[in-house]
Amino acid sequence: MGFEGIGASVRRKEDVRFLSGRGNYTDDINRPGQLHAYIKRADRPHARIDAIDTAAAGKAPGVVRVFTGADIAAENIGGIPCGWQIHNKDGSPMAEPMHPVLAVGKVRHVGDPVAVVIADSRQAAKNAAELIEIDYTDLPAVANLTDAVAAGAPEVHDGVAGNLCYDWVIGDKAVVDGVFASAHRVVKLDLTNNRLIPNAMEPRAAIGDYDTSSGDYTLYTTSQNPHVIRLLMGAFVLHIPENKLRVVAPDVGGGFGSKIYHYAEEAIVTWTAGKVRRPVKWTAERSESFMSDAHGRDHVSTAEMAIDKDGVFLGLRITTLANMGAYLSTFAPAVPTYLYATLLAGVYKTPVIYCNVKAVFTNTVPVDAYRGAGRPEATYLLERLVDAIAYDTGIDKIELRRKNFIPADAFPYQTPVALQYDSGDYQTTLNVALQTAGWDSFEARRAEAKRRGKLRGIGISTYLEACGIAPSAVVGSLGARAGLYEVANIRVHPTGSVTVFTGTHSHGQGHETTLAQLVVDQLGVPLDQVEVVHGDTAKIPFGMGTYGSRSLAVGGSAMVKAMDKIIAKGKKIAAHLLEASVQDIEFKDNTFTVAGTDRSKTLTDVSLAAYVPHNYPIEELEPGLDETAFYDPKNFTFPGGCHIAEVEIDPETGVVEMVNFIAVDDVGRVVNPMIVEGQVQGGVAQGIGQALFESAIYDPDGQLLSGSFMDYTMPRANDIPPLSVATENTMCTHNPLGSKGCGEVGAIGSPPAVMNAVVDALKEYGVRHLEMPATAAKIWSIIQSAQPRIAAE
Amino acid sequence: MYDFAYEKPGSLADAVKLLSADPDAKALAGGQTFIPVLKQRLNRPSTVVDLAKLGLTGITVSGDKVTIAAMTTHATIAASPEIKAKIPGLQHQASLIGDEAVRHRGTIGGSLANNDPAACYPSAVLALNGTIKTDRRSIPADEFFQGMFTTALEPGEIITSVELPVPQKSAYEKFRNPASRYAIVGVFVAKFASGVRLAITGAGQGGVFRHAEFEKALSANFAPEAIAGIATPAEGLNGDIHASPEYRAHLIGVVSKRAVAKAA
Ligand SMILES: Cc1cc2nc3c(=O)[nH]c(=O)nc-3n(C[C@H](O)[C@H](O)[C@H](O)COP(=O)(O)OP(=O)(O)OC[C@H]3O[C@@H](n4cnc5c(N)ncnc54)[C@H](O)[C@@H]3O)c2cc1C
Repeated sequence: MGFEGIGASVRRKEDVRFLSGRGNYTDDINRPGQLHAYIKRADRPHARIDAIDTAAAGKAPGVVRVFTGADIAAENIGGIPCGWQIHNKDGSPMAEPMHPVLAVGKVRHVGDPVAVVIADSRQAAKNAAELIEIDYTDLPAVANLTDAVAAGAPEVHDGVAGNLCYDWVIGDKAVVDGVFASAHRVVKLDLTNNRLIPNAMEPRAAIGDYDTSSGDYTLYTTSQNPHVIRLLMGAFVLHIPENKLRVVAPDVGGGFGSKIYHYAEEAIVTWTAGKVRRPVKWTAERSESFMSDAHGRDHVSTAEMAIDKDGVFLGLRITTLANMGAYLSTFAPAVPTYLYATLLAGVYKTPVIYCNVKAVFTNTVPVDAYRGAGRPEATYLLERLVDAIAYDTGIDKIELRRKNFIPADAFPYQTPVALQYDSGDYQTTLNVALQTAGWDSFEARRAEAKRRGKLRGIGISTYLEACGIAPSAVVGSLGARAGLYEVANIRVHPTGSVTVFTGTHSHGQGHETTLAQLVVDQLGVPLDQVEVVHGDTAKIPFGMGTYGSRSLAVGGSAMVKAMDKIIAKGKKIAAHLLEASVQDIEFKDNTFTVAGTDRSKTLTDVSLAAYVPHNYPIEELEPGLDETAFYDPKNFTFPGGCHIAEVEIDPETGVVEMVNFIAVDDVGRVVNPMIVEGQVQGGVAQGIGQALFESAIYDPDGQLLSGSFMDYTMPRANDIPPLSVATENTMCTHNPLGSKGCGEVGAIGSPPAVMNAVVDALKEYGVRHLEMPATAAKIWSIIQSAQPRIAAE
Repeated sequence: MYDFAYEKPGSLADAVKLLSADPDAKALAGGQTFIPVLKQRLNRPSTVVDLAKLGLTGITVSGDKVTIAAMTTHATIAASPEIKAKIPGLQHQASLIGDEAVRHRGTIGGSLANNDPAACYPSAVLALNGTIKTDRRSIPADEFFQGMFTTALEPGEIITSVELPVPQKSAYEKFRNPASRYAIVGVFVAKFASGVRLAITGAGQGGVFRHAEFEKALSANFAPEAIAGIATPAEGLNGDIHASPEYRAHLIGVVSKRAVAKAA
């Protein structure tokens, strides 16, 4: 059996079923009598709906019912709610236009659901949907940020002037302006964070089931947080009380944030199942995923740093436009504010920071959190800006970082942008990464590449992020409409095996293994006697789900608390069985012992007594060994570290090849090093994807040009170099595990490292900045336009 | 996809009959283009006529000719020692098409009949001066490719094989579309005793085309330097979100030089 506790790279318990095709995904589930839904979506970005004729579709073979927005409007059904309210700088609340389940009056992005056909088969539903006739009057549309805020831009929502969702600030502008006015120098950088499409391997799917005898609804859905969906859909959209609504999120094949949100399709299948009194299933086609899964990122920013003559950062001033898309998705307003601007200190001592964020509606798919959510945007901006400072001043980029780092002895460290960091050691992660990367011998590699006709560059990013979200009272004061604690129920069975019911959700992260290892560690139960159950509101007491790298830091901490309760109760039972005093009982390695003696009882002895309470303190203690804990974190956690990338560019074609990548991250306590390595690798692959390949491209009028894998470039295995992943950890000081989180660090730290390397490789062409993704075509045209200048010199 | 009838005839004559009798009947080879088209409902055939049972597979080498039957898959071509020995450029080209799954289903006949402007084989067949054999005639490559998704095939005409003269030297270089991995610019160069032929796929608005200036220069001197100074105009080239016509024009030069270097 070997060591299986905290720190062991045990193999993932879930992989046998995943790798052998025995996972149970939503689309694998079929309910008796099930019907199929096909959703007719807008084929245009912005239009008035003058009329919808569903008569022919309703009569088509196999069709049971056709519903439109008018049918929904006639019922007591709400719009899709937003989970976070941001306030404008004048204190007024953000604009929060109605997000109808099915379009009413207007469509606002390509892919906006307009009608749904319920039929015997998916094929019949799709055939019938072609017969739906919609009379549209096209309206002018706007897709990109700068167009959307320009004077006279088409308005996405009536009554939302200038397409402005909110105009938010953090920091004191007058103070920051004052610092800038007297600074030695100001370095400025304009930059864009490209728009991404998550593309989880499993497309979204949902099945609504209605029990005609009990009136209960069940929704099976591809979700990262079934309880949140139950809350949002039950309370705000369909008005079904919790006791009548069960939400199951079975195996889920990747989320990356895109499966956090409550989507219209979930409400559609649940509601229509009640209407037709049969189960209704919907599974996205890949092209539907492109136009209906929430997209990520899409910022346009101007960043300025005021510095003194030695390059010490004096103040940071930023304005950002953030694309919300056509409607507010569940977390969207929080992403460019509390998950972004509060991160702008990064790993640096910058004393004053001011950031203004304008969130903007456009005729595009809603934009929401995507792996990293706000922190990649902050990190990219900051780490590109730091390199630009080095470029402009000639100060060495490593020295510049070192001299501005928050020192290891400064923790807890209060930033000027609300967060208080608990721990970190940025010099150490930097030192280890520099050493591993052979930073000092790079110029020799550059020269060698040059002899082969290649431009080699090296780039670094020293980053920090905030995850383990989040203290409920804090996020509540910032506009969250929910708490962000986590819940664990630990059930020790009569013969000592354990089932963990967690409110977090695993969709590729390996929680069934990692969380089980916590039980191995704390209760001494072997791994194969621990089962982790997640993703079902009927089984799990409650939970807020998985995102923001919170499952271990928050969900794991809830488990620790619940297991503390198990041990406390177990001690009482053991004391009774051993005829000793509770104070004298110690618990270690699955065994309760009377201190200083060899008299002991195993956890199994105790659990058996708890469930077969013949010899049991029944007057003082309830039978059973089953405890639940809610854990509300005291703070965010703050992973950080250093990523170094090396690239080679073919100057003839502009093609960038990733040749080396080193990540040294501080993720706090590591439970399973192999899983951490995998999480960081996956995150880095996504970060490389953002930096070099991926881009959701809308034409100016709102047609999605990169609407399939023929045009949207996903990174492939052979685009990713062998990744060197290591950790140098400091412990989180405020949760019982010391863990910080590792799910997003890869996607947060890597894009600026890659882009800094690309810019470094193009040094001789006088390149100071280029936007992601660094495609071959883009680099070629940069080289082209620099050629005449170089020739002239 | 829409519903359709499915036929799997056992002889070429029956297949031709099925296709000729019904203008809405369509042939199915490996399905690697046709099935995605059906799934997107971009085509509504009445009957799909599967060519799998016509015995149209295999590679034969006789003297200075290689003949590849229409239903031979990309994987078979990529793995063929005869092709590798006789036309290494073609073997390499086949190995670069799509992914393993595509190569094990997709066929050379299907690719040629489809004549996708970004497909690989049209460049080989044109550069090699091949001959497309059908159920009724032989069509020289120079006449076969007639523009994007357009060929000399008549309705219902079935490609049975392609006959390729063995060159002295050959090579294929492909600059891939980063997303689809089709060719943004693919260059096939073939050197014969009679001269050099060089065909470019992926770049032209009219599909695959030969590059007369390159051919002339290379026929005189089969070396990358021979074409280094020849610029290709951007007019008539494709532009899309991945590559502008100017970038493609530039790539034609770079990729051609690399193909020649590899062949030489
Ligand atoms: C993911 C992916 C990547 C790809 N990448 C590449 C690439 O990099 N380069 C490349 O060149 N191709 C690529 N392809 C296309 C692939 O090579 C296809 O196999 C080829 O285009 C069509 O061949 P097929 O046998 O699949 O034909 P099918 O799809 O079955 O048929 C294509 C068309 O040809 C007709 N047809 C088929 N056979 C005959 C025949 N013998 N006579 C007359 N008409 C016929 C059919 O009626 C149909 O109209 C890719 C495909 C996919 C799915």
